[in-house]
Amino acid sequence: MSTDTSYQYALQMIGIEKYFGLVCALKNINLNVGRNEIVGLIGDNGAGKSTLVKILTGVHRPTRGELYVAGRKVNLDKYNVKTAHKYGIETVYQDKSLGEKQVLWRNFFIGRQITGRFGFINVKEEKRIAHEIMVNTIGFRGRGITVESKVSKLSGGERQGVAIGRAMHFEAELIVLDEPTVALSLKEVQKVINFVHKIKEGGKACVYISHAIQDVYEVADRFVVLDRGEIVASIDKENTSLKELDEFLLEYAHGRKDRREL
Amino acid sequence: MSRVRPYIKRLTRIEGLPILAVLAILYIVFIITAPDVFTKPRIYMSFLQTVAPPLILGLGLTFVITAGEIDLSFPAVLAFTGYVFTWGYQELSTVVDPSVAAWGGFFLALIAGAFVGYINGLLVARIGVPSIMATLATQFFWYGVTVLLAGGLQATLKEIDTTSVHKLFVGRIYGVIPSEGRGQIGIPQQALWALGLAIVLWFILNRHKFGEAVMFLGDNENVARVMGVNVETTRIQLFTMMGMIGGFAGVILTLQARVFYPTQGQGMLLPVMAAVFIGGTSIAGGLGTIVGTFWGSYIIGSLEAGVVATGISGFYVQLVTGLVMGASVVLNIIIGEGRLVAMSDRVRHWTGQKRAAPPGEALPHEGAD
Repeated sequence: MSTDTSYQYALQMIGIEKYFGLVCALKNINLNVGRNEIVGLIGDNGAGKSTLVKILTGVHRPTRGELYVAGRKVNLDKYNVKTAHKYGIETVYQDKSLGEKQVLWRNFFIGRQITGRFGFINVKEEKRIAHEIMVNTIGFRGRGITVESKVSKLSGGERQGVAIGRAMHFEAELIVLDEPTVALSLKEVQKVINFVHKIKEGGKACVYISHAIQDVYEVADRFVVLDRGEIVASIDKENTSLKELDEFLLEYAHGRKDRREL
Repeated sequence: MSRVRPYIKRLTRIEGLPILAVLAILYIVFIITAPDVFTKPRIYMSFLQTVAPPLILGLGLTFVITAGEIDLSFPAVLAFTGYVFTWGYQELSTVVDPSVAAWGGFFLALIAGAFVGYINGLLVARIGVPSIMATLATQFFWYGVTVLLAGGLQATLKEIDTTSVHKLFVGRIYGVIPSEGRGQIGIPQQALWALGLAIVLWFILNRHKFGEAVMFLGDNENVARVMGVNVETTRIQLFTMMGMIGGFAGVILTLQARVFYPTQGQGMLLPVMAAVFIGGTSIAGGLGTIVGTFWGSYIIGSLEAGVVATGISGFYVQLVTGLVMGASVVLNIIIGEGRLVAMSDRVRHWTGQKRAAPPGEALPHEGAD
């Protein structure tokens, strides 16, 4: 595997397994995500989605297997939340992405401030870049929202937009969206989906985790179905309709389906 | 009407403005009711002196509360570091010049304060003891240590007023304020140190990455953690800083009195906390205002002397303190969270004028660029 820019995949998981004691949470996970591919990772509760996310983001260490980000092998012994950023994995969580009482420009740069001498923040520069991200990268046309606004004034969908914009700004190789639309109204869900389109336009790769397939369906290029810790299907969007996908999943949930095209 | 709005909005953005208004009103009332005292500079010089130590502590506590933590141990730090300062000064002055000895004591006290804070930080960040419990325990512990070390006795610092430390930190600047015949009036230098510290700490809270980490820590610890803030280290640094600030206040307190008391600092806890809260720092964490704490400390520090000077019974001091605190907190909530704009809309509605925005609509566009 080369480490230059000619790599083929934004993310490669090879034979990843995770045991919690004797309980197997993930079994032989092989997952490749292309450089500008949006992969919808779907599965029922308990399918292992969140374990997979936690391995990607450095919260859990896999029991076995290899992880490559942008062609670089990840040293899993030293892999944690902070080094995940260095490898280029940015995560947008359901709810813990932004400090609610803080102004937007601080939220863009928390943990990675632009600092001058002695660690003082270059406020002007941070505000300028934050404004640029909001207008150009994620196309924020929100009424009355500036970089000086507090996060608490933003709607749920707008908050996820800010988190996505931040991830894109920091040159993420892979953006992980961990159930970003849970607890949002339909109107807000649509906003988030529009932001995810920006990820595709921006040339980034994304793993979109959700159990609501209708959300994922619109933006994803490919769907990967997880069930009881295993990848049971990988379906290109071209080969399926939302209805077919829905039926497939439903049958799977009832245990009437054998696995196909792994 | 749309001409007034931007001004109201801008006004509410000025840090600590509501609390400054309370302070101004308070002083106007004092000037009217006790003109003999409050139109002359002497009382203000007295405030500048007495408010300095609690103000310095309040500045540090603002950081702690912004981070969503609490420190109850700082009164004990005042006693312990006061002892360390006294001990260092007395021991060293047997071998070196008193000024040098006083500097030795000063740095020992800062180190002692930082050490106490560091222990607090370890208990909270490493072991995970809630800060209210950890610092309650260390509060007792360090008072206990101080009493034991001092043998329960107070100590006079002989010739301390001849030392450069005394002159630098609690000396007076003469010649600025015209005298009134009864001797000269000087500005207490500890007030300038408190002001200087306030400015430095304002920049650290609002412009330094440590301050930002503190704010996010108090806002949402999980967010801070996943965004790469080292939560544990930040907490330890926070408590260490608070301890060191306590050491500085402890030295100033001891220098002012020229006597060390093993019980010094007792009774300081609630007024300092009150000053931070009426200043507008959020008890829930995430938001802190150094400017608010600054004015808040002067309000709390002026109340007792002010009320007594107005001639009404000293029994009213607590009642007035309660009233002023309540009013300050209410004002902060109304003005600080943009409700003033909403209120001005409502008033316009009552008076029959058209509203700027339909009900339920968010604030109008501020101009993103």
